[in-house]
Amino acid sequence: MAELLDFEGWTCPAPLRDSPTIVMGHGGGGQLSAELVEHLFVPAFGASPSGLADSAVVSLGGTRIAFSTDTFVVRPLFFPGGSIGHLAVNGTVNDLAMSGATPAHLSCGFVLEEGTELSVVGRVANDIGTAARAARVTVVTGDTKVVDAGHGDQVYVNTAGIGVVADGVDIRPDRARPGDVVIVSGEIGVHGVAIMSVREGIEFGSHLVTDSAPLTPLVQAMLAVTPDLHVLRDPTRGGLATSLNEIAAASHVGVRLVESSIPVPADVGNACAMLGLDPMYVANEGKLVAFVPRESADAVLAAMRANPLGTAAAVIGECVEEHPGLVVATTTFGATRVVDTPVGEQLPRIC
Amino acid sequence: MCLAVPGKVLEIWEKDGTRMARVDFGGVDKEVCLEFVPDLAVGEYTIVHVGFALQRLDEQSALETLALFREMGELDKEFGDAWEIAATQAGQEVPRS
Amino acid sequence: MKYLDEFNDPELAKRLVDDINATTTRSWALMEVCGGQTHSIIRHGIDQLIPKVELIHGPGCPVCVTPLELIDKALEIASRPGVVFCSFGDMLRVPGSGRDLFRIKSAGGDVRVVYSPLDALRIARENPDRQVVFFGIGFETTAPPNAMAVYQARRLGIGNFSMLVSHVRVPPAIEAIMASPTCRVQGFLAAGHVCSVMGTWEYPPLVERFRVPIVVTGFEPLDILEGIRRVVHQLEAAEARLDNAYARAVRDEGNEPAMRLLQDVFEVTDRGWRGIGTIPDSGWRLSEKYRDLDAEYRFEVGDIATEESSVCRSGEVLQGLIKPHQCAAFGKECTPRNPLGATMVSSEGACAAYYLYRRLQVPEVAGIG
Repeated sequence: MAELLDFEGWTCPAPLRDSPTIVMGHGGGGQLSAELVEHLFVPAFGASPSGLADSAVVSLGGTRIAFSTDTFVVRPLFFPGGSIGHLAVNGTVNDLAMSGATPAHLSCGFVLEEGTELSVVGRVANDIGTAARAARVTVVTGDTKVVDAGHGDQVYVNTAGIGVVADGVDIRPDRARPGDVVIVSGEIGVHGVAIMSVREGIEFGSHLVTDSAPLTPLVQAMLAVTPDLHVLRDPTRGGLATSLNEIAAASHVGVRLVESSIPVPADVGNACAMLGLDPMYVANEGKLVAFVPRESADAVLAAMRANPLGTAAAVIGECVEEHPGLVVATTTFGATRVVDTPVGEQLPRIC
Repeated sequence: MCLAVPGKVLEIWEKDGTRMARVDFGGVDKEVCLEFVPDLAVGEYTIVHVGFALQRLDEQSALETLALFREMGELDKEFGDAWEIAATQAGQEVPRS
Repeated sequence: MKYLDEFNDPELAKRLVDDINATTTRSWALMEVCGGQTHSIIRHGIDQLIPKVELIHGPGCPVCVTPLELIDKALEIASRPGVVFCSFGDMLRVPGSGRDLFRIKSAGGDVRVVYSPLDALRIARENPDRQVVFFGIGFETTAPPNAMAVYQARRLGIGNFSMLVSHVRVPPAIEAIMASPTCRVQGFLAAGHVCSVMGTWEYPPLVERFRVPIVVTGFEPLDILEGIRRVVHQLEAAEARLDNAYARAVRDEGNEPAMRLLQDVFEVTDRGWRGIGTIPDSGWRLSEKYRDLDAEYRFEVGDIATEESSVCRSGEVLQGLIKPHQCAAFGKECTPRNPLGATMVSSEGACAAYYLYRRLQVPEVAGIG
């Protein structure tokens, strides 16, 4: 198998490359993940991943359909405010919504570990049903597989979804342009911190609950102002910083942020301070970041704030011609820092 | 090194003969070992590193330090920069640092 | 967070910055020996605000200076079947001679991130049939917590727990830096939380011997600016004193119960600093009394042949002799993605901090693929 892999395109060989295996960082949403897709999957599949979009828009019999898939392996299965079931529905619904589609139907595949209690599976299934109803989608097909005890981690869920994209809507990660205004739909870091608060080894007391929610109504409200939104992204793994970096790279533009304008709830900020984490890299499940043409920005922002999912929406920066591919922030003290893509998962630190 | 943050002691108990506390960091709280600051009381602030209270935070001192920062530059605002005033009076260019 | 947010006030920061800029009549080179301070300086861009003050980022990142040999021992132990290897998050991506803890995990090792050494102790109690090893690294700040875990393990009879120790001490590092003929440092910011534990009494002899101002400094932007401000005022007045700018968390006498436990659990030893070399009496290891809880002895790891990158110049960076972007490998072969040396691994390492936050100022590495 090794001879099928061409490492030349990867960044320079260093001692760590000698016997490559999958490491946790490959699932972290950062550079390692991107490299795995770009250098292993894409050449194997023989297609370009259309700028690492959350979903693909394909044409079927003249209708444009957004098609997306996502797999959910979150631990613990049940966390403050939700479960893997909610994420499984909202995650794929939001991926479709980020293409401007109206999500319609989902598939749902389970990989269950032998010995998992039926009540656990039942709870996840109920949550999927509840979330699907709230998101106005139907689960129309599915599959279940069971693996030996000790393999798989109780429940893994994969969902895939489809929805129609209206004419005139062309939302893609490579459409950001200098002059675009960058808007975030609300406070960041909530989901990731809620999960960490119950994760073994770093758990802490907190009132935070996941912000997992279907964003379709918010996107519809924004599209009603103008169908010409350039980029939408829900910043899940890797947080806001990762999404902005992906878009900056795909569109070959620079992004300039004003750090003090990025909304972070006090609890999230404090939890991150305690663990030594940066909220910009913490996962969100009910937020989006939008790149909006400057002339529509005010109206789009107003429409977002009028919607329950976007009451805390805020302008956090703009696209520029300079430093294409780099995301740069002005700190609260007026200095400049680069906001980079993390390598793998962000880890708590003692320094 | 030394990522340590200030928190407020909410409650204190003993576990396995070790003094422990629940410390609040502004909406998030954590179980913290108090063995190194044994006389810490509920309501007091402490600096916490990797689950241990390392030192009592002296609130008075913190407030004094902030007050000193606030006073800085106040005199300048009231009376203006001394160099500027002197230069203007002498009809000369204002020296720039 | 109370008593943290107030020390991030940009308006007050401006006053401190103005004072520093108005006071400096010439350039001064200061060094901070604390990864947390390095991180704060670069992340907030504090050094950009005070052009006449050069901040040299000293070897203050315990992750970065942990000797390669010890990392390799950690990797060896973590690979053994039946071992649960617990560590602070910082250490997971530090490269050894060929692997890191993530790779060990990938190969089936049970490697776990913990927030506190007491978490590792709890894991030991919950898994009596496994050997639980904790990677006890850090400066003096982390030493008392690590010591407590060892002390409790003995007291509570938790026989399946052991610690791999690599503690380092700040004052010997300052001494080694100042005694070096290529030293450019004119003033020091002493690490605030190290002093919360150890007090300030170790620094006056250094002040005397080298005639260098040392100011105990905190971590928030206002704290760092105040520490710099006090050093600069001393330098401009040709003074050299010990000063405490972090009085809210540092007493001259330090933390007595913590120091007493350190005396019991640890003993001073020579320690190798990755990128610098051996500094005598600069480290702590477990004392004779606690030798049976020392993972190096329990696992008989023996001699390990280490292999450092020949290209890596982290030693010179750590001593402040070069800036990260002056190394030929910076941003090319050596990135946080593929760190060649210690200073590129943790975000407190000078090279990583520079790469993460400062690439814009270094156009050759500013572009990404």
